[in-house]
Amino acid sequence: MSERFFPDSMPAPLADTTTLPWWQAAAEHRLVVQRCTSCEHTRLPPAPVCSECRSADSAWKEVSGRGKVYTYTIVHRPIAAGQELPFVVAVIALEDAGGVRIISNLVDVNPEELEIGLPVELVWEDMSPDLAIPRFRPTSKEMPR
Amino acid sequence: MSRPRAHIVGVGESQYTRWGKIGDVTEHALACQAIQRAVADAGLSMDDVDGLASFADDRNEAVFLAAELGLPALRFANMVWMPGGGGGCAAISNAAMAVETGQAEVVVVYRSLCQGQFLRFGSPLSNDSAPADPAPPTLQQANSLMLASMGYALPYGLIMAAAAYALPTRRHMHLYGTTSEQLGRIAVTFREHANRNPRAVMSGRPMTLADHQASPMIADPHRLFDCCLESDGACAVVVTTEERARDSAQRPVEILASEQGAPKGYAFGPFTNANIADELYATGGCEEMANRLWDKSGLGPSDVDVAQLYDHFTGCVLMQLEDYGFCKRGEGGPFVESGALSWKGGSLPTNTHGGCLSEAYIHGLNHVVEGVRSVRGDSTSPVQYAEVCLVTSAACVPSSAILLGRK
Repeated sequence: MSERFFPDSMPAPLADTTTLPWWQAAAEHRLVVQRCTSCEHTRLPPAPVCSECRSADSAWKEVSGRGKVYTYTIVHRPIAAGQELPFVVAVIALEDAGGVRIISNLVDVNPEELEIGLPVELVWEDMSPDLAIPRFRPTSKEMPR
Repeated sequence: MSRPRAHIVGVGESQYTRWGKIGDVTEHALACQAIQRAVADAGLSMDDVDGLASFADDRNEAVFLAAELGLPALRFANMVWMPGGGGGCAAISNAAMAVETGQAEVVVVYRSLCQGQFLRFGSPLSNDSAPADPAPPTLQQANSLMLASMGYALPYGLIMAAAAYALPTRRHMHLYGTTSEQLGRIAVTFREHANRNPRAVMSGRPMTLADHQASPMIADPHRLFDCCLESDGACAVVVTTEERARDSAQRPVEILASEQGAPKGYAFGPFTNANIADELYATGGCEEMANRLWDKSGLGPSDVDVAQLYDHFTGCVLMQLEDYGFCKRGEGGPFVESGALSWKGGSLPTNTHGGCLSEAYIHGLNHVVEGVRSVRGDSTSPVQYAEVCLVTSAACVPSSAILLGRK
């Protein structure tokens, strides 16, 4: 199991059959985006149809998880019992994902150092054996592997 | 436009209180009360009402209310399919379409909210208290498209609206140098208006900019006083034909134009959608809709004498001012700093009732009520000679707006 940042009591993600493959990839620590195989437009969250060419054909593309903070909020109210405060919700502009952004959390970050444009990298949090949540931390704080 | 336009002939409301204070009256009883008061205000009888409309997943279904109120026939029952507070003006617009096309004669638009009796907005999805030893979290089945979409927000603790709308506001601050003090000016101005309004929950509670700056941080940059109230209460608006409006007990108010909608790819807005187009992200998402509203009405921002702008959060007000063209993109901060929104001498007196920030959070239908009062002349902060009022519904979600005109 990975390092933990949030308690078990955090809200569980919800999936339908359109979004389920994304969560299955996450459980294997693969961050994927959905790419239209007809026009190459990339999308997230997963959707049954491409918003640009309306094709239903798509494939999953794994991305590096590197990106930059697009915007953020520092939240001072708990969502879950036992949660550390404050916590950071951020929108991350992914580097190699066709311009796609993702809502996530920033961890291992001093709120004072937080700014839009901050380079970040992916860190997986295993909430249970079958559920991993992608979160992000500043690239400069990369732990030795 | 040659087609006879719909008019608003009556408004009414229940008592407004803080969240959870109305426990002995059901939400639907409160809806009945507001509807009855609005119909009485119009000088009509319940026997005249043949349509009901609401929005935001109103729990008080029109078919039941029609039975409770003894409507002779329910010819039009409508719910706007737009999330949350974005649909208030759209409900008026739909009622107007109904009466303009002969689907009904008298439609009452209503909204009733007693969150204390139900799940509070922004709470986790169950009212059950958290077990001491929760089971390891697992992926859950989403039973709706909305919930599948929320699956990309919930696991990150993005549940509170205060946090969700902090995201575009923070980016606005980054792009344009907007400050917390500028946001505070919005809250303080609306509070001044609420202090003049005996119906307002915050009627007797003055607020200074220092109070705003000292209020606790909820979700940066939103301090407590950047966030709307949470309220119990109900209000209602009577929409009818031009012909019926001529005999109205009150000075009728003309619905000059209405618009609803969302830009491409917007979905539920920043709450669940990280991929709104870059040029739209730090906006209220209303600019295209606003331009359609101006085009179809033949009016522009400079024709608006008074505005009632949906104010779930101060930043969303600021971004709407830019969306609707009252100032240039990025200049919302200096615009509000100039005192523009003040009832007393401002160039665009806004939220003369106090808004969701300081009158009550009735999902913005109370903004329509105030919009009517501001052009027919019985607002508690009247703007002299006001001919045109813009009323908007929630921004940063699919939204709607109406222009009201004095007759």
